[in-house]
Amino acid sequence: MSLSTHNLSVGYHDKAIVKQVDLNIPAGKIIALLGPNGCGKSTLLKAMARILSPMDGQVHWQGQNLHNIASKKLAQQLALLPQTQPIPEGIKVKDLVAYGRSPYTGFWGRINKEDHEIIAQVMQETGITELAEQLVSELSGGQRQRVWLAMTLAQDTPYLLLDEPTTYMDLSHQVELMHLLRKLNLQGKTIITVLHDINQAARYCDHLIVMKQGKIITQGAPDSVLTQQLLKEVFSLDAQIHQDPIAQTPMCVVE
Amino acid sequence: MATRSLPFLVLAMIGLLIANLMFGAVSIPFKQILDGLQTGNEHHFTIHEYRLPRTILAMLVGAMMALAGALVQGVIRNPLASPDVLGVSHGAGLAAVFYMTFFPNADISWLPAVALVGSLVAALMLWWLCGSHSSTIKLAITGVALAALYASCIDFLMLIKPLEINNALLWLTGSLWGRGWNQLSMLLPWLLLIPFALWLAKPLNLIHLGDDSAISLGIKANKLRLASLGLAVGLTASCVAICGPIGFLGLVAPHLTRKLVGGRHQILLPATMLVGAILLLLADLVARTIDPPIELPAGIMTAIIGAPYFLWLLLRTK
Repeated sequence: MSLSTHNLSVGYHDKAIVKQVDLNIPAGKIIALLGPNGCGKSTLLKAMARILSPMDGQVHWQGQNLHNIASKKLAQQLALLPQTQPIPEGIKVKDLVAYGRSPYTGFWGRINKEDHEIIAQVMQETGITELAEQLVSELSGGQRQRVWLAMTLAQDTPYLLLDEPTTYMDLSHQVELMHLLRKLNLQGKTIITVLHDINQAARYCDHLIVMKQGKIITQGAPDSVLTQQLLKEVFSLDAQIHQDPIAQTPMCVVE
Repeated sequence: MATRSLPFLVLAMIGLLIANLMFGAVSIPFKQILDGLQTGNEHHFTIHEYRLPRTILAMLVGAMMALAGALVQGVIRNPLASPDVLGVSHGAGLAAVFYMTFFPNADISWLPAVALVGSLVAALMLWWLCGSHSSTIKLAITGVALAALYASCIDFLMLIKPLEINNALLWLTGSLWGRGWNQLSMLLPWLLLIPFALWLAKPLNLIHLGDDSAISLGIKANKLRLASLGLAVGLTASCVAICGPIGFLGLVAPHLTRKLVGGRHQILLPATMLVGAILLLLADLVARTIDPPIELPAGIMTAIIGAPYFLWLLLRTK
């Protein structure tokens, strides 16, 4: 399985945000997209999830142009958790999670026994089993984020694309989420996530992709990528790199 | 809660169907309604020629207008959106009045097609003015302004062609008065749109989650929007061609239904048709029985409920 971009330029209203990017997503890893606001990391993620069409270049899934693959078939391979979601009216948590099974159901959306099992499992993994009968519109921001994550997981795809999944979550849920991503990764999923917190990325991700002004500046394992020079160059931050005393991963401390 | 309200809605609708056959300028006891269907019976004319087709029409038009509203609200993700608020109904109305005033002797059976052209033009006009990504309020206000413009064009047409206005006036009030088997047969082919609309239930659920999630779940968002709005325009035009622009039904019915059965379109779409049918049957029943033998247009009754509801929604929208 492979996901790659080839000379990809993509953006909004004729203005390219991501510029001529060539990228091979390493399969089976947790990959973080990092960079300052407006660097194009979300735009790149959306292009890989075929939400945005390329202005130039292509995104390939298994060597095939993403936009030539049947949309339902592709929905069984790639799932996206968008950065912001509308608040649907009159929808219960269990119904929203069940919508994640859509790529597998028939025209009326009827869910079978296997679907029910997957729905129950992802609700347990994301800790929302107790919320099943509640309306999505009545939840807190953090709870809602977990419900949407559960829906994305219910899609049961080998690739997961997450756009700032920790937004709105309190710290303990953020940690829980990162542990869940690790667990899913061990089950074989490739996870590509936009993150703001560099230390979170360094601690939980295998591969960092750092972007600035629509280009990829560097990529690789956290150890090799995170340097004092890079933080200065990309984030304009004066910071030191230390070793996380628990995980032994690099950790940035702002001066 | 959701599916359990369906039998109640069905019962309410059946009750209103019977009430619409029983009451009017003359009350006919329940037991004599079935007899009235037979030729030669004293109530045959009232029941068979007058009340029965009108009652069936009220049921179908109410259901179709409500369904059109649910389709529009579904893809625009906007509680203020409905064919009448967006000016689509009045666009159909303007085209129909134009046709009736300039071709007074033309075949009336062309009216649905003419209304369809009018509502399509109105929909395109709104699309052209607002684009595909405009805000809730902008869309609603542009729609209301366009509807007012079409309404004044209708007035203008009637002023310059005073001799032909009788037909148009009769039709314009949004009423079921004088509608019978002919109009019912004109509406029948358009019922074929209903299964296509129900077929969209699953993708409509997903577009509700935002375009990004919908596309990620395998939905072609733009195609769905086009299909859904196209069906809504067709449903609206066929209803307006027959009953005139009956206001606010397409706005209120789906909204009430969402409160009643939730947002899953597999239940919402059938339930909203029942609620629409109930509302128009009720409106017509009240309009006919409030001061017999004088009749108010059903469109006035729906506006009395609908206009405050619309204002309440508008004030509530941030």
